[in-house]
Amino acid sequence: MSKTTIAVALMDAPYESENLTTAFRILDAAARRGYDLNVFAYEGASALAFTKQVPHPNPVHGKNLAEENHPTTKDQVAALVAAAEASGGKVDWINCGMCVDERGVGEFVPGTRRGSPADFHAFVEKSDNVLVIPTK
Amino acid sequence: MQKFLLIESRDPFESNDVSYYYELASNLVASGHAVTLYLVQNGVLAARRSAQGAKLSALDAVGVRVVADDFSLRERGIGAARLAPGVNEGAIDVVVDHLAEGARSLWH
Repeated sequence: MSKTTIAVALMDAPYESENLTTAFRILDAAARRGYDLNVFAYEGASALAFTKQVPHPNPVHGKNLAEENHPTTKDQVAALVAAAEASGGKVDWINCGMCVDERGVGEFVPGTRRGSPADFHAFVEKSDNVLVIPTK
Repeated sequence: MQKFLLIESRDPFESNDVSYYYELASNLVASGHAVTLYLVQNGVLAARRSAQGAKLSALDAVGVRVVADDFSLRERGIGAARLAPGVNEGAIDVVVDHLAEGARSLWH
Protein backbone atom coordinates (compact mmCIF):
# COMPACT_ATOMS: atom_id res chain seq x y z
CA MET A 1 0.00 0.00 0.00
CA SER A 2 1.45 3.36 -1.03
CA LYS A 3 2.01 6.04 1.53
CA THR A 4 -0.38 8.96 1.79
CA THR A 5 1.20 12.25 0.80
CA ILE A 6 -0.53 15.56 1.36
CA ALA A 7 0.57 18.98 0.15
CA VAL A 8 -0.40 22.15 1.98
CA ALA A 9 0.23 25.75 0.92
CA LEU A 10 0.39 28.38 3.66
CA MET A 11 0.37 32.13 3.12
CA ASP A 12 -0.33 33.78 6.46
CA ALA A 13 2.45 35.48 8.41
CA PRO A 14 3.33 34.30 11.92
CA TYR A 15 1.28 35.62 14.86
CA GLU A 16 -1.42 37.24 12.73
CA SER A 17 -4.07 34.73 11.76
CA GLU A 18 -5.96 31.85 13.31
CA ASN A 19 -5.55 30.16 9.94
CA LEU A 20 -2.10 29.04 11.07
CA THR A 21 -3.43 27.48 14.27
CA THR A 22 -5.81 25.41 12.20
CA ALA A 23 -3.13 24.64 9.62
CA PHE A 24 -0.76 23.33 12.29
CA ARG A 25 -3.58 21.25 13.78
CA ILE A 26 -4.24 19.65 10.39
CA LEU A 27 -0.54 19.10 9.73
CA ASP A 28 0.04 17.67 13.21
CA ALA A 29 -2.86 15.21 12.91
CA ALA A 30 -1.60 14.08 9.52
CA ALA A 31 2.00 13.80 10.77
CA ARG A 32 0.92 11.61 13.68
CA ARG A 33 -0.68 9.23 11.18
CA GLY A 34 2.70 8.82 9.50
CA TYR A 35 1.70 10.66 6.34
CA ASP A 36 4.29 12.42 4.25
CA LEU A 37 3.70 16.17 4.17
CA ASN A 38 4.80 18.66 1.54
CA VAL A 39 4.43 22.18 2.85
CA PHE A 40 4.96 25.27 0.73
CA ALA A 41 5.34 28.40 2.83
CA TYR A 42 4.52 31.37 0.65
CA GLU A 43 4.38 35.12 1.22
CA GLY A 44 4.18 35.88 4.96
CA ALA A 45 4.29 32.19 5.82
CA SER A 46 7.89 32.11 4.62
CA ALA A 47 8.78 33.55 8.06
CA LEU A 48 7.24 30.68 10.02
CA ALA A 49 10.51 28.75 10.24
CA PHE A 50 12.76 31.80 10.79
CA THR A 51 15.26 30.90 13.49
CA LYS A 52 15.64 34.34 15.07
CA GLN A 53 12.15 34.35 16.55
CA VAL A 54 12.35 34.57 20.33
CA PRO A 55 9.70 34.09 22.99
CA HIS A 56 8.93 37.04 25.24
CA PRO A 57 7.57 37.74 28.75
CA ASN A 58 4.27 39.55 29.20
CA PRO A 59 4.75 42.50 31.56
CA VAL A 60 1.15 43.62 31.06
CA HIS A 61 -0.02 40.35 32.61
CA GLY A 62 2.88 40.24 35.07
CA LYS A 63 4.32 37.07 33.60
CA ASN A 64 7.99 36.33 33.17
CA LEU A 65 9.40 34.43 30.21
CA ALA A 66 8.76 30.98 31.71
CA GLU A 67 5.27 31.85 32.92
CA GLU A 68 4.25 33.32 29.60
CA ASN A 69 5.61 30.25 27.76
CA HIS A 70 5.14 32.07 24.49
CA PRO A 71 5.03 29.72 21.52
CA THR A 72 7.03 30.52 18.41
CA THR A 73 6.16 29.24 14.99
CA LYS A 74 9.74 28.14 14.40
CA ASP A 75 9.33 25.74 17.32
CA GLN A 76 6.00 24.58 15.94
CA VAL A 77 7.62 23.84 12.58
CA ALA A 78 10.44 21.94 14.29
CA ALA A 79 7.90 19.99 16.38
CA LEU A 80 5.95 19.10 13.25
CA VAL A 81 9.08 17.74 11.58
CA ALA A 82 9.88 15.72 14.71
CA ALA A 83 6.32 14.38 15.05
CA ALA A 84 6.33 13.20 11.45
CA GLU A 85 9.67 11.45 11.86
CA ALA A 86 8.52 9.78 15.09
CA SER A 87 5.49 8.37 13.26
CA GLY A 88 7.43 7.13 10.25
CA GLY A 89 6.56 10.02 7.95
CA LYS A 90 8.48 13.03 6.75
CA VAL A 91 7.98 16.71 6.12
CA ASP A 92 9.36 18.48 3.09
CA TRP A 93 8.95 22.14 4.08
CA ILE A 94 9.91 24.71 1.47
CA ASN A 95 10.14 28.43 2.12
CA CYS A 96 9.54 30.59 -0.95
CA GLY A 97 12.94 32.12 -1.71
CA MET A 98 11.72 35.44 -3.08
CA CYS A 99 9.35 35.84 -0.13
CA VAL A 100 12.19 35.06 2.27
CA ASP A 101 14.50 37.61 0.66
CA GLU A 102 11.85 40.32 0.75
CA ARG A 103 11.41 39.79 4.48
CA GLY A 104 15.02 39.06 5.46
CA VAL A 105 14.08 35.75 7.05
CA GLY A 106 16.56 33.49 5.29
CA GLU A 107 17.66 31.41 8.28
CA PHE A 108 15.43 28.39 8.76
CA VAL A 109 15.06 25.67 11.36
CA PRO A 110 16.51 22.27 10.34
CA GLY A 111 14.20 20.21 8.19
CA THR A 112 13.10 23.16 6.08
CA ARG A 113 14.67 24.57 2.95
CA ARG A 114 14.57 27.33 0.39
CA GLY A 115 12.65 26.89 -2.84
CA SER A 116 10.42 28.56 -5.38
CA PRO A 117 6.78 28.44 -6.52
CA ALA A 118 7.89 25.80 -9.02
CA ASP A 119 8.36 23.52 -6.03
CA PHE A 120 4.72 23.94 -5.14
CA HIS A 121 3.82 22.78 -8.63
CA ALA A 122 6.02 19.73 -8.07
CA PHE A 123 4.31 19.13 -4.71
CA VAL A 124 0.91 19.19 -6.39
CA GLU A 125 2.11 16.71 -9.01
CA LYS A 126 3.46 14.19 -6.54
CA SER A 127 0.93 14.46 -3.68
CA ASP A 128 -2.32 12.55 -3.22
CA ASN A 129 -4.16 15.71 -2.28
CA VAL A 130 -3.60 19.43 -1.87
CA LEU A 131 -5.00 22.02 0.51
CA VAL A 132 -4.36 25.71 -0.13
CA ILE A 133 -4.99 27.96 2.85
CA PRO A 134 -5.12 31.52 1.53
CA THR A 135 -4.94 34.77 3.44
CA LYS A 136 -8.21 36.58 4.08
CA MET B 1 -19.74 11.07 -7.80
CA GLN B 2 -16.92 13.18 -6.45
CA LYS B 3 -16.27 13.81 -2.77
CA PHE B 4 -15.83 17.44 -1.70
CA LEU B 5 -14.59 19.02 1.50
CA LEU B 6 -15.54 22.66 1.88
CA ILE B 7 -13.80 24.34 4.82
CA GLU B 8 -15.46 27.53 6.00
CA SER B 9 -13.37 29.67 8.35
CA ARG B 10 -15.36 32.89 8.11
CA ASP B 11 -18.21 34.23 10.17
CA PRO B 12 -21.36 34.73 8.06
CA PHE B 13 -22.39 37.59 10.36
CA GLU B 14 -19.24 39.39 9.18
CA SER B 15 -18.62 38.08 5.65
CA ASN B 16 -21.60 38.05 3.34
CA ASP B 17 -19.83 35.83 0.82
CA VAL B 18 -20.14 32.90 3.21
CA SER B 19 -23.67 32.43 1.87
CA TYR B 20 -22.21 31.77 -1.59
CA TYR B 21 -20.09 29.00 -0.10
CA TYR B 22 -23.20 27.45 1.44
CA GLU B 23 -24.84 27.67 -1.99
CA LEU B 24 -21.83 25.93 -3.52
CA ALA B 25 -22.24 23.08 -1.04
CA SER B 26 -25.93 22.77 -1.83
CA ASN B 27 -25.39 22.93 -5.58
CA LEU B 28 -22.66 20.28 -5.49
CA VAL B 29 -25.01 17.91 -3.68
CA ALA B 30 -27.75 18.70 -6.18
CA SER B 31 -25.27 17.73 -8.89
CA GLY B 32 -24.81 14.33 -7.31
CA HIS B 33 -21.65 14.87 -5.27
CA ALA B 34 -20.93 14.08 -1.62
CA VAL B 35 -20.15 17.23 0.34
CA THR B 36 -18.86 17.87 3.82
CA LEU B 37 -18.97 21.47 5.05
CA TYR B 38 -16.40 21.81 7.83
CA LEU B 39 -16.87 24.93 9.95
CA VAL B 40 -13.73 26.16 11.68
CA GLN B 41 -12.51 29.31 13.46
CA ASN B 42 -15.20 32.01 13.27
CA GLY B 43 -17.08 29.81 10.83
CA VAL B 44 -18.49 27.96 13.84
CA LEU B 45 -20.34 31.06 15.04
CA ALA B 46 -22.99 30.16 12.47
CA ALA B 47 -23.43 26.74 14.04
CA ARG B 48 -25.45 28.12 16.94
CA ARG B 49 -29.23 28.15 16.83
CA SER B 50 -29.70 31.43 15.00
CA ALA B 51 -30.75 32.87 11.66
CA GLN B 52 -27.50 31.58 10.21
CA GLY B 53 -27.88 28.24 11.96
CA ALA B 54 -31.14 27.70 10.13
CA LYS B 55 -29.23 27.88 6.84
CA LEU B 56 -26.94 25.11 8.04
CA SER B 57 -29.92 23.00 9.09
CA ALA B 58 -31.27 23.49 5.59
CA LEU B 59 -27.98 22.28 4.11
CA ASP B 60 -28.17 19.17 6.28
CA ALA B 61 -31.71 18.60 5.04
CA VAL B 62 -30.56 18.49 1.41
CA GLY B 63 -27.70 16.10 2.17
CA VAL B 64 -24.69 18.24 3.05
CA ARG B 65 -22.77 16.84 6.02
CA VAL B 66 -22.22 19.84 8.31
CA VAL B 67 -19.45 19.53 10.88
CA ALA B 68 -18.35 22.18 13.40
CA ASP B 69 -14.74 22.00 14.60
CA ASP B 70 -14.63 20.97 18.26
CA PHE B 71 -11.58 23.10 19.11
CA SER B 72 -13.09 26.23 17.56
CA LEU B 73 -16.35 25.62 19.43
CA ARG B 74 -14.53 25.27 22.76
CA GLU B 75 -12.49 28.42 22.10
CA ARG B 76 -15.75 30.33 21.69
CA GLY B 77 -17.64 28.73 24.53
CA ILE B 78 -20.21 27.06 22.31
CA GLY B 79 -21.42 23.77 23.74
CA ALA B 80 -22.89 20.94 21.70
CA ALA B 81 -26.33 21.65 23.16
CA ARG B 82 -26.33 25.05 21.46
CA LEU B 83 -25.74 23.70 17.96
CA ALA B 84 -28.41 24.07 15.32
CA PRO B 85 -30.19 20.90 14.23
CA GLY B 86 -28.18 19.03 11.64
CA VAL B 87 -24.82 20.42 12.76
CA ASN B 88 -22.49 17.91 14.37
CA GLU B 89 -19.34 18.54 16.37
CA GLY B 90 -16.21 16.96 14.88
CA ALA B 91 -12.44 16.84 15.24
CA ILE B 92 -9.78 18.09 12.85
CA ASP B 93 -9.32 14.44 11.82
CA VAL B 94 -12.41 14.91 9.67
CA VAL B 95 -10.31 17.20 7.48
CA VAL B 96 -7.36 14.81 7.43
CA ASP B 97 -9.64 11.89 6.57
CA HIS B 98 -11.01 13.76 3.57
CA LEU B 99 -7.55 14.79 2.40
CA ALA B 100 -6.35 11.20 2.68
CA GLU B 101 -9.38 9.94 0.78
CA GLY B 102 -8.71 12.32 -2.10
CA ALA B 103 -11.69 14.60 -1.58
CA ARG B 104 -11.49 17.86 -3.49
CA SER B 105 -10.77 20.28 -0.70
CA LEU B 106 -11.38 24.01 -0.66
CA TRP B 107 -10.71 26.60 2.04
CA HIS B 108 -12.68 29.79 2.42
